[in-house]
Amino acid sequence: MDETVAEFFKRTILKIPMAEMMTILKAWDFLSENQLQTVNFRQRKESLVQDLVLLCEKKRASLNDAAILDIVYTQFHRHQKVWDVFRMSREPGEDIDLFDMEQFKRSFKKILQRALKNVTISFRDAEENAVWIRIAWGSQYRKPNQYRPVYVVYYSQTPYAFTSSSQLRSNIPLLGQTFETHNSTTPLQERSLGLDINMDSRIIHENRIEKERVQRVTQETFGYYPQPRLEFAQYKLETKFKSDLNGGILAEREEPLRCLIKFSSPHLLEALKALAPAGIADAPLSPLLTCIPNKGMNYFKIRDK
Amino acid sequence: MSVLRPLDKLPGLNTATILLVGTEDALLQQLADAMLKEDCASELKVHLAKSLPLPSSVTRPRIDLIMFVVNLHSKYSLRNVEESLHHVDATFFLGKVGFLATGAGRESHCSVHRNTVVKLAHTYRSPLLFCDLEVEGFRATMAQRLVRMLQICAGHVPGLSALNLLSLLRSSENPSLEDL
Repeated sequence: MDETVAEFFKRTILKIPMAEMMTILKAWDFLSENQLQTVNFRQRKESLVQDLVLLCEKKRASLNDAAILDIVYTQFHRHQKVWDVFRMSREPGEDIDLFDMEQFKRSFKKILQRALKNVTISFRDAEENAVWIRIAWGSQYRKPNQYRPVYVVYYSQTPYAFTSSSQLRSNIPLLGQTFETHNSTTPLQERSLGLDINMDSRIIHENRIEKERVQRVTQETFGYYPQPRLEFAQYKLETKFKSDLNGGILAEREEPLRCLIKFSSPHLLEALKALAPAGIADAPLSPLLTCIPNKGMNYFKIRDK
Repeated sequence: MSVLRPLDKLPGLNTATILLVGTEDALLQQLADAMLKEDCASELKVHLAKSLPLPSSVTRPRIDLIMFVVNLHSKYSLRNVEESLHHVDATFFLGKVGFLATGAGRESHCSVHRNTVVKLAHTYRSPLLFCDLEVEGFRATMAQRLVRMLQICAGHVPGLSALNLLSLLRSSENPSLEDL
């Protein structure tokens, strides 16, 4: 096996956390059950990696196999990447072409290889008619850099394609071309995830700046990923009556006043996340609500100090 | 100018602008989309604002109609509208302001009584429309009405002015409202 390929295997396998090693290797489906059983998974990671690389060499693994392993790893760690979304548009009146995955892959590869001299392209089919495409770019004189690939995930039954951010912004139009030529539709439009920027210019948001602030604060508080599923949260409040006025029946009361508030929802945290953007609550929300995932609690007792 | 005046700007050619004021952005957005779907000879513009006064940094055309949207499920949305009304010049209330109450269909969720908005609209001598904006069919119908109202308020309907429309709408109101 070529030295660079062996190194690439070594570094890719080294990236995988020990807890996920078996799962990812099985998903990769290159080394058989029997072969995996011959390896001692309890040894130190460096030794384990060495054994696995040896196995791959024996099985004459190619650069493409390594690339597929890289895709599998990325699929398991897709949340660690930042993705841009592209949507393909269609002229009104155009027919919907029947989609052939194999033909798409062939033409995709052809177009990129024609345009660029040194490029590694790998495909892996995924759920829901999606295909993961891994592209490692080189230059006219340099072999592809396998450690800075770009991923494109294309859902074939939809007009959407996702690309992982790339330093090589100049290659985006080329990627666009591969879709364009295949689909023979008008060029890609870029649209970013998250804030639903209204495309109709006849609608003007007077409070656009405030809206953006709310979105930003909401994203800072809740993050980009779906919230953990929670169905209720309960707050018990116990407090003594406080008043500026002297006396009164309530002020003399020894027993604290009690109040119980229960929030319930099929997906409470998503509902809380949606409150400020929908205009129902101000942003930032009360820390009593936003601390739920951090503290890992959903029963709260609030008392006087 | 922190107070909105109806005639402080020149009108745009064939342009009619409506300002929707309400806390629930998602509903306003949907209503705006529904209005723009309507076939209309005038060029429509929809401005969405959470509350008044409007930020001074935005340049805007002359506003022909203001609709204050109150969600009957939310006291906050009512309070927001009540406070915003203070930033509207009295002359706007000659047919160029309307109130829209949403959420009446789900009685159990209402924390604002129907009569509260009726009284509010009566105080400001402006029409009150009820529509559950969450329901697409109702929203589409309301959008059509608003587009017609907007065209009249912008003066695009020959022979009919905002004031005419106001007196037409008022005469069909239940006379017992005067007792409130």
